[in-house]
Amino acid sequence: MGRYVLRRAGQGIFVLWAAFTISFFILYLLPSDPAALMASGGGETDAVDPALLADLRAQYGLDRPVLVQYADALWHAVRLDFGTSYSSGASAGALVLQALPETLKLTGAALVLAVLAGTGLALASTFPRARWVRQLLSSLPPLGVALPTFWVGLLLLQWFSFQIPVFPAIGNEGAISLVLPAITLAIPATAGIAQVLARSLRGTLTEPYVETARAKGASRARVHFAHALRNAAIPALTVLGVLVGGLLAGAVVTETVFSRVGLGRLTVMSVNTQDIPVVQAIVVFSALVFVVVTLVVDLVYPLLDPRIDVRRTAVTA
Amino acid sequence: MTATRDVDQVLDAPQVRSPEEIEIADRADARAIIHGGEVRGSRGGRGALRSVRYLARRPGLVLSGLVVLLVVAWALVPQIFTAHDPIIGVPADRLQPPSAAHLFGTDHLGRDVYARVVHGASVSLRATVVAVAVGLLGGSLLGLLAGFLRGWVDDVISRVVDVLLAIPSLLLSLAIITALGFGTVKVAVAVGVASVATFARVMRAEVLRTSTSVYVEAAHASGVRWYTVLRRHVLPNSSGPVVALTALEFGTAVLAISALSFLGYGTPPPAPEWGSLVSGGRDYLATAWWLTTLPGLVIVAVVLSANRIARALEQTGDES
Repeated sequence: MGRYVLRRAGQGIFVLWAAFTISFFILYLLPSDPAALMASGGGETDAVDPALLADLRAQYGLDRPVLVQYADALWHAVRLDFGTSYSSGASAGALVLQALPETLKLTGAALVLAVLAGTGLALASTFPRARWVRQLLSSLPPLGVALPTFWVGLLLLQWFSFQIPVFPAIGNEGAISLVLPAITLAIPATAGIAQVLARSLRGTLTEPYVETARAKGASRARVHFAHALRNAAIPALTVLGVLVGGLLAGAVVTETVFSRVGLGRLTVMSVNTQDIPVVQAIVVFSALVFVVVTLVVDLVYPLLDPRIDVRRTAVTA
Repeated sequence: MTATRDVDQVLDAPQVRSPEEIEIADRADARAIIHGGEVRGSRGGRGALRSVRYLARRPGLVLSGLVVLLVVAWALVPQIFTAHDPIIGVPADRLQPPSAAHLFGTDHLGRDVYARVVHGASVSLRATVVAVAVGLLGGSLLGLLAGFLRGWVDDVISRVVDVLLAIPSLLLSLAIITALGFGTVKVAVAVGVASVATFARVMRAEVLRTSTSVYVEAAHASGVRWYTVLRRHVLPNSSGPVVALTALEFGTAVLAISALSFLGYGTPPPAPEWGSLVSGGRDYLATAWWLTTLPGLVIVAVVLSANRIARALEQTGDES
């Protein structure tokens, strides 16, 4: 077990290093001149004083060779230092950590909602005997995937904040302000979970053991909810890493729609001002979340299916 | 036939195939050689009848096709569909609800929202096509290299693809926009680059599957040059799932581009673009529901249609 976790942690560190490297090359090498971007704050880059540019380059070390810059940035990133924000001067890592709690609340609430609603929808679209009910419910996930998050958010605002003022339209105050954003964010994730889980359930229900259980007198409900669901859950768990990443990205749009502070809002503000260090810190953080969620999911598999033994795979691999 | 088997043994192909599969593959190969790769063209009148029957049983698919045709027509010849100007409004007609004169109502400057959606199709669809083209070309090339050359090239490309898949695509697009700056084309390229990994993964898997098949080995063994093998055997037989993915990515790209344009990274204000049309209605949520609801519905219809067509392509790919 210990060796397995160690090996997976090694892979995770590789992914983080690669995410850092890819984002470094996108952010620092793609623009013609980061210093000009910095000085112009996202506007036209022609009308900047050359002396100011030279000062900025020296100040941020942009006048050094690329590989030196990369090595230096990596050395700092290892110690969780992603440089200072171009627009505020604060540490990029600190800005991310500061924005994190509000976004964790939002994505956490959305994740819980999505897992509950997605599982419920998958069960409801496979269990009923009536074919038309199943077909109707199965048509919901493809619809959910096709809805633009920003549009759903605005519709919910329109209906439940303006026409029937139940929920506040903007802000982070209290749990009630979390309801509409969490629902908005949860819709694509719900559709994703429902799609994967329903497909997996349909496959599981044709397995011989399902027939055996029925023949031995287990009720249809028991076979469906106890036997099949547990076995069908594994493919749905596998997509959890991508799903949580999707929630983080969705927070960018959701927080903008509902004017909430958080990581998504910080992302939009940093992109608007082309604040490279903060954007890079956010990208690397999202890769970290993916790595951690994937590792946790892999460690949960054996609880669902005792035949999966992480220690065994660690030795044979 | 015996020659093929020998090649199979010599190269120690990892896959075990049933005799039927080998026969089918060889027959397909033979046909491809005889007809110069144009096996599908020989169906003629009965094929047309069959496709009519196929479509008649799938009204949703027909509707999806019509939606896509309609928005493409909007993009190409917008003036046929609306007489109103998308940029210059009639201030006296401001914030009118939908009516016969203004199908989608009017905005705060008295501009016809339907006209703006119709004219916006050209910007939004052009961006979508650019995004899908970047993803398709970049991803297919990487996937092809990885699957065909294998070895260390495959290892490097696969690792990079894995890492790209670990970063949420919207965040990756935002990072690229940070570096490139704002504008519709830059947004389109950013969305396209973010989808490269998906295309590369599917293409690699398909190329690996085809290039270990008997007819490819036979072609190699009979002295066909590697680029001819690639063009004549590997590419045509790997393209099915990639075509389905392209349709699917079309919908995904419409969503991603409209989200980025909603956030304000696309075309600057007076020009209409679907995402920014929705965001333009933000200030009038309480009074003018049509400003956000109707342009959004158009986006949903286009994405649903693209996804429906993608599903149909996937299914026909499975059947053949």
